[in-house]
Amino acid sequence: MSKKKLATVWLGGCSGCHMSLLDIDERLLELLKLVDIVKSPIVDTKEFPGVDVALVEGAITSDEHLHEIHNIRKKTKILVAFGDCAVTANVPSLRNPIPMKDVLSRAYIEAESVDKGQIPCDDAILKLLPRVMPLHEAVKVDVFIPGCPPSADLIFYVLSELVNGRIPVLDKERLRYG
Amino acid sequence: MTPLAAPTTTILVTIDEKTYSADPGETILDVCKREGINIPTLCFLEGVSTVGACRLCLIEIEGTRKLLPACATVVAPFQKVKTNSDRLKKNRRMTLELLFSERNHICSVCVANYNCRLQDLAHEVGMDHVRFPYLFPDCNVDGTNKIYNIDHNRCIMCTKCVRTCDEVEGAHTWDVRGRGFESRIIADFDEAWGTSPTCTLCGKCVSVCPTGALWHKQSVQNNMKKSPEMVSELTAKRGRKG
Repeated sequence: MSKKKLATVWLGGCSGCHMSLLDIDERLLELLKLVDIVKSPIVDTKEFPGVDVALVEGAITSDEHLHEIHNIRKKTKILVAFGDCAVTANVPSLRNPIPMKDVLSRAYIEAESVDKGQIPCDDAILKLLPRVMPLHEAVKVDVFIPGCPPSADLIFYVLSELVNGRIPVLDKERLRYG
Repeated sequence: MTPLAAPTTTILVTIDEKTYSADPGETILDVCKREGINIPTLCFLEGVSTVGACRLCLIEIEGTRKLLPACATVVAPFQKVKTNSDRLKKNRRMTLELLFSERNHICSVCVANYNCRLQDLAHEVGMDHVRFPYLFPDCNVDGTNKIYNIDHNRCIMCTKCVRTCDEVEGAHTWDVRGRGFESRIIADFDEAWGTSPTCTLCGKCVSVCPTGALWHKQSVQNNMKKSPEMVSELTAKRGRKG
């Protein structure tokens, strides 16, 4: 059996889900017998390659994320919403009820640590979307793993199922928001 | 119309293919609780009046097309009830998804994380994501009370606080304003909770709140424990049932 290709992606999140992924510890070695991690924040690949499974952490907060998730969807067989930010928009969505102008001004002008700040407006930098979205509002998602972060055991279970060609089922013992 | 059975007669009802006897005036939820049949509830609280607002305890009764709330439906002779059909499961999940999409429920930063009835039910029905777009309404947090806070972001309008404050404490500080999506819990005439002349600071509303909407100021993330049974025990000792 040829090895499956796995990508892990970090969008609008804190990387805690990736920390939890690393927390599966030595079991990572078992997994690596079955998969190649071809794209990840810890793998130096520029272009997103075609993969069997992509774990996507984080919500969609900017035009860049939106572009990226559409690209990932095109090149991925099974797209996994990885963690609460990807599933619900979680903490990044706290800004959604607040007008964008006020959010930016709070961060770049009013923040205690800022001296004579201004809101960045260079064309080269990403544009925040008016509203942070969970992944499934932008693309079709195949598997949802809530959790902030999902536990290492849950991640190992999900990955083991996926690399063996099964779709993991999160029953009430495994489902865990927050 | 068939006359109802005389009050002293025991009523036979069939719930999920098994027959149980019930007293006239009992609700289907009463019977299910006694017989250990699990029906999810959110706005129901033993000891205060029933409103049937949350729609989670909906059940099917043979011959009735509409789904009916188990908490507010009284047993009738030879009723045939289903409590866990596919239609009901689908409905419960949808109801929960609508509750989650209507306000800003962010479990990971909530005082009631791991101690939340809404979160527990989401797990119970297998809600792995919310299919409806989140509405992200602009909701207030009222921190003017010296002991407690109310965070409308986390409120599901179950009105347990309103009923408990009125019927158990007798203060009627809490009430509801607005309708539907716009409805909010208010203190007195929509005033700051901290300056309410009616609130006795008894904290019963905080104990019965099923989510992190009402909380002790000293609570931090994950550590708020609720005790709705305290109000039920209190009313039982006073010899009253909802």
